[in-house]
Amino acid sequence: MTDAASGLGWWGVPLAVLAGAIRVSTPFLLVSLGECITEKSGRINLGLEGVLIMGAMSGYGASLASGSPWLGVLAAGAVGALLGLLHGILCSLRRVNDIAIGIAIMLFGTGLAFFLGKPLVQPQAPMLTSLPLGFWSDMPQVQSALQINPLFLIGVALAVVLHFAFRYTRWGLQLRIVGDSEMAAKALGYQVIPVRIFATIVGGFLAGVGGAFLSLYYPGSWNEGLSSGQGIIAVALVIFARWEPMRCLWASLLFGGAGALGPALQAAGFSGGYYLFNAAPYVLTLVILIATCAPNQKLSGAPGELSLVR
Amino acid sequence: MKNSKFSSDRRKFLKSAGAIAAISAVGMPYMRNAMAADKLTVGAIYVGARNDYGYNQSHAQAVDFIRRMPGIKVVDEEKVPETIAVQKSMEAMIQQDGAKLIFATSFGYFNPHVLKMAEKYPDVRFAHCGGLWTEGKDPMNVGSFFGYIDECEYLNGVVAAHVTKSKKLGFIAAKPIPQVLRNINSFTLGAQSVNPAITTTVIFTGDWSMPVKEAEAANGLIDQGCDVLTCHVDGPKVIIETAEKRGVYSCGYHANQASLAPKGYLTGAEWDWATPYKMLVEATEAGKPMINFLRGGLKEGFVKMSPYGKAVPAKARKVADGIKSKMLKGDYVIFKGPIKDNTGKIVIEAGKSHGQQDVALEQMNYLVAGVVGKI
Repeated sequence: MTDAASGLGWWGVPLAVLAGAIRVSTPFLLVSLGECITEKSGRINLGLEGVLIMGAMSGYGASLASGSPWLGVLAAGAVGALLGLLHGILCSLRRVNDIAIGIAIMLFGTGLAFFLGKPLVQPQAPMLTSLPLGFWSDMPQVQSALQINPLFLIGVALAVVLHFAFRYTRWGLQLRIVGDSEMAAKALGYQVIPVRIFATIVGGFLAGVGGAFLSLYYPGSWNEGLSSGQGIIAVALVIFARWEPMRCLWASLLFGGAGALGPALQAAGFSGGYYLFNAAPYVLTLVILIATCAPNQKLSGAPGELSLVR
Repeated sequence: MKNSKFSSDRRKFLKSAGAIAAISAVGMPYMRNAMAADKLTVGAIYVGARNDYGYNQSHAQAVDFIRRMPGIKVVDEEKVPETIAVQKSMEAMIQQDGAKLIFATSFGYFNPHVLKMAEKYPDVRFAHCGGLWTEGKDPMNVGSFFGYIDECEYLNGVVAAHVTKSKKLGFIAAKPIPQVLRNINSFTLGAQSVNPAITTTVIFTGDWSMPVKEAEAANGLIDQGCDVLTCHVDGPKVIIETAEKRGVYSCGYHANQASLAPKGYLTGAEWDWATPYKMLVEATEAGKPMINFLRGGLKEGFVKMSPYGKAVPAKARKVADGIKSKMLKGDYVIFKGPIKDNTGKIVIEAGKSHGQQDVALEQMNYLVAGVVGKI
């Protein structure tokens, strides 16, 4: 026990990476699952960074006003869904480019959240509580690492559910048809645009909930630097997760862990080149994208109607 | 009604703007005061939000103070990045509002932005927080003001040393610039004045506001056994809250964060910018020359300590108060040789000491022995 209290030394690094993977990955996971649903329908919503920040802000505000963090989560999801609806409707107009709208939503959401969130920087809202799954260990570090938030578990469960839903349900099939071939969907009598709008709303909802995780659990405070690009990374994550929910889960965990690597190494006393370790998540993005790109063919697994790959 | 007032104002503005352009063209700069009437317009620019529980809030509080001074009109702008954007903000304050004194509060505003504007507008005064004004090189209408907050950091270290059980302290810093290094070193030297075996582990996050990374850093340090955390980032809120959640002690920075951590908050190093702001505004009103180099510590009222928290034992209060009273008299030297850096090199030789005003300290580029970390 005394040993644990005086620090874990090098063992702290893998533990911190594991703990970081669990703590930091949830927003990545929720946003990427949401984006996965949207992209499966043939639309890309680059605006999820803005939705994430709006979700963080409105979740914090709602939790502060109502006293219930779970109401905050719901409010964040609702605001996210609303922004998703906006994106979905705008992109259904003729000759509207979904990438451009996405960037507009991103700037709009960020700016609006900063504007409306000004009075929320100082007050402390009630936070989400976590489940102490580390109770079996007598080491405080392990106990702290295994403080797991229900939203993370919901995200993991959702990844599994989506994995099967995309393959084996009528609903999943419909979504995939709409995303893969508009003609085929129409021939089967499916309405393309409502499906796409619905998929974008669901994506927005999940991204909003991801934002609430940031402001209501970890790091658990509202300020303007809160997201620092996590929404954008999550969108990129979907691409190299090849539009597979389970791969989104692994990729999110990988990113969370990579983000924890820099601080963990410095805490253990290995501090050379920390700029490089701080850049680890971004280097990882580049490496994976380069390793998985095939210059002469379409990305495998990509929905056929996606403007990104068409 | 409102509308017509607005348009007449605008007409007036256009007229006077035109007049200014014409006058400057023929070279009669003294007429430019016509627009500012008899009130002195002061501009203030912050890099972050006004109420961030941190650095920007400490400045905004001082700006509120000068706003209440008679004969002063304040224009301020928050969230101005350290890019060409700050030049535009300054230029707008000068051209549209007639600002005669501008407080540029972020470190990165100084070079080249403030220097460039100062050359372009020689009759406007620029007060920059934290930069190093060099006589002969930098324009005379630019001044640099800063507080010796390392005195407070030293006291933080003294208090932290009394409560730590693991003898390991944690410091979360943004970037390895001289001011930050000076704080880390003072904090460590303060702790070592109580117990020379104490070490400080430092984590650089890379930027002034990185909430997720700051929380990760705090958790990492606590996992490594650090039981007192402090920081030098723009908004310490996340770090103080994380420390409280994990049940370790914390020392604040910039502003008072005691309400965020009722159990673990020991004390903190706070700015009291109202003092230098008032001095600079008064010098401008009186038409005295710009104060080019303005510094002060506890004694001058530029910085202050947060009230002690519940967790601070009586002995710690006594020792810290003893050192503080010496600092208030102005005869306490923190950086007294011999001091080694953490690679074993002697950075301040025996018998040599750097008083607070010594600019050598503002170029600090080392971490003292006992700090675990690399620049």
